[in-house]
Amino acid sequence: MESDNKLYDAIKHSNIDLILSVPCKMLEGLINLINLKNEIRHIPITREEEGIGIAAGAFLGGINTAILMQNSGIGNSINAIKSLLEIYEIPLVLFMSHRGAEGEKISAQIPMGEITFPLLKCIGMNFLMIDSVQKVDLISEFILQHRKLNESVAIVLERSLWRTSK
Amino acid sequence: MKRYDVLQEIAPFLDNKLVICNIGIPSKELYDIRDRNENFYMLGSMGLASSISLGLALAKPEKKIWCIEGDGALLMNLGSLSTIAKENPQNLTMILIDNHAYGSTGNQETHTKYKTRLDEIAKGCGFQSVHRLEKRQQIKPFFSDLMDGCHFILIEAKLGNKKLKNIPLNAIKIKKRFMKSIKY
Repeated sequence: MESDNKLYDAIKHSNIDLILSVPCKMLEGLINLINLKNEIRHIPITREEEGIGIAAGAFLGGINTAILMQNSGIGNSINAIKSLLEIYEIPLVLFMSHRGAEGEKISAQIPMGEITFPLLKCIGMNFLMIDSVQKVDLISEFILQHRKLNESVAIVLERSLWRTSK
Repeated sequence: MKRYDVLQEIAPFLDNKLVICNIGIPSKELYDIRDRNENFYMLGSMGLASSISLGLALAKPEKKIWCIEGDGALLMNLGSLSTIAKENPQNLTMILIDNHAYGSTGNQETHTKYKTRLDEIAKGCGFQSVHRLEKRQQIKPFFSDLMDGCHFILIEAKLGNKKLKNIPLNAIKIKKRFMKSIKY
């Protein structure tokens, strides 16, 4: 799918050498593509917070990491984002599918879906909302700019990104 | 043998190792016994020592990484053992000092005081090299003979903390000197 291909290219252009993932149905195509291409090391993880630790260790060793997760995972990660990434100034990229927003069929996703942007603002994490294929072009520049400042970022992927895709 | 004694026994073996150390009194005790630029002291994110160690081990396969972790912290992030065993990095040694308590917060009991056996969990997660040391005199010979591999070493310890001041390094200083030490 065009959206997944473009997301993959954005990850590559952001010099990311390690991908950690907790699956989401919306990310299925991207995760399959990462496995198929087999160019970037991909490690499935058991919980999002674990990924924050692995990414921090990889950064200490000179490698840039992206974590693929559902927005629900931000709730599992806040302490590590603040007391590891922020205080040590370690930059990380979180690619986050936005569940619980328009078109959501599972009611339990809605409470976290509604507070995703307020939560990101509250914890001081820079984010980029991607709701169309065209906007994917903005991702790598956004990541590179913030990495220079040792700041972590979230790339929030809306359901409409895949709807607008061929 | 308390945690401090365990750290004293392993301190001579830290040469050429990058060390990720658990938050709280374990880090303070390590700082007191043998501070080095190659020690990364955690100041927050309890439970993530093994995960940070895995990331570093993958990024730097030519370096030997030691993770010094406690029972209370590991119980917060058991899934990490599963991920590490699957990746099986041959340059990562986990040293789990099990004193059956949350030592930094008032010595409250952890579940390892009762039925939980963290070395058995490590085996169940797929670690091939799992060891349990219960006596002080076992430590030196064991580490003298330790080869490369992905190891999980549980060391039984008694309750007790050394009374020490906070580490006089902030997070940025800890990170910068650690990263610089990797490059040289």
